[in-house]
Amino acid sequence: MHPQRKKRLHLILFLVVGVGIAVGLLAYSLSQNINLFQTPTQIAAGEVPVGQTIRAGGLVVAGSVERDSDGLGVTFKVTDGAAEVSIFYDGILPDLFREGQGIVALGKLDDKRVLQASEVLAKHDENYMPPEVQDALEQAHKDGKQAMTEKAY
Amino acid sequence: MWQWLVRLYHRLGSPKWFYEITSRWIPWLVGLSVVGCAVGLVLGLLYAPADYQQGNSFRIIYIHVPAALLAQSAFMMMAVAGAVFLIWRMKMAAWVARSIAPVGASFCLIALLTGAIWGKPTWGTWWVWDARLTSMLLLLFLYFGVMALQRAIESEDASHRAGAILSLVGLVNIPIIKYSVEWWNTLHQPATLKLTEKPSMHPDMLVPLLIMIVTTYVFFALLVILRTRNEVLWHERKRSWVRDLLES
Repeated sequence: MHPQRKKRLHLILFLVVGVGIAVGLLAYSLSQNINLFQTPTQIAAGEVPVGQTIRAGGLVVAGSVERDSDGLGVTFKVTDGAAEVSIFYDGILPDLFREGQGIVALGKLDDKRVLQASEVLAKHDENYMPPEVQDALEQAHKDGKQAMTEKAY
Repeated sequence: MWQWLVRLYHRLGSPKWFYEITSRWIPWLVGLSVVGCAVGLVLGLLYAPADYQQGNSFRIIYIHVPAALLAQSAFMMMAVAGAVFLIWRMKMAAWVARSIAPVGASFCLIALLTGAIWGKPTWGTWWVWDARLTSMLLLLFLYFGVMALQRAIESEDASHRAGAILSLVGLVNIPIIKYSVEWWNTLHQPATLKLTEKPSMHPDMLVPLLIMIVTTYVFFALLVILRTRNEVLWHERKRSWVRDLLES
């Protein structure tokens, strides 16, 4: 390779690697601020100030959804497997909201450490399949469990 | 093989050779784009089953994912072309980089718009400032910046150099887009198509998606080749071979 071209190639590599390292360090130091939401564990550990607007994310705990008898108000818990946070929301929930679903709620923690949400967004996962396959999977899961309990006796 | 690649590289540097060889490719690229788009969309919109969670609204994936993939690949190609121009001072590379920029930006915009349309019924919002969406918006602005620089300076050479440097600097955004959904908490879900693992998608839904992805790349190649041919004709307009071509 021509020496001048080699020099230019090295200069470009230096530029790309240098910018990469700089941005990498920047992103690393900002990583907490780049996160869209706080997990229930972080909230339970008191990392989140009361009365400040935050986003909390987690899976809706099965059986925790309670709807008000009048109005749209709904209370539910979200979990990340280690801790839980109660959320109250007065509004229309997204179509994908259901037990076990990942959600992200925007709101403020009140004195009882309940998140008073002003917005609830639903996450969906990266799996795509027809409903029949999902039913078959659930059935197989149930059968498998049954077979295991039968074997135990 | 290496010898052949080196020869191809030297030949691609010749505008006349590029113009002549691509004349033969264009009908094939047009045909493949039309057939692929028709087959992919019919399979995806009519024959693929509805999703267990999202129902029919997941079908926008057949536009969204190919456009988003292409917007990122196009940026990388533009940066490589820019590097080739900076190192070897090959004019063709600069013209290719300039041809890619608006096409890549268009696909980036398509990805952002279809993402917003998809987000409303599934997430419940058009837009959130999560890492994936924000870094994708940054990619669009980087495209705009490169496009502006490629035309900003009186001297064409300096213009191309400025655009190439910004596209090389912007390259750092590509891994951020790709891994944003793994490094940080985002509303956007992780990738469905992975290089190392089986895709987490039913085959009946996956086949149309793969067809659409390949078709989008073919269509992109067609657009870039057409735009580069225009650049070739414009810059070589005073050369005898272009004059002969225009007269005949």
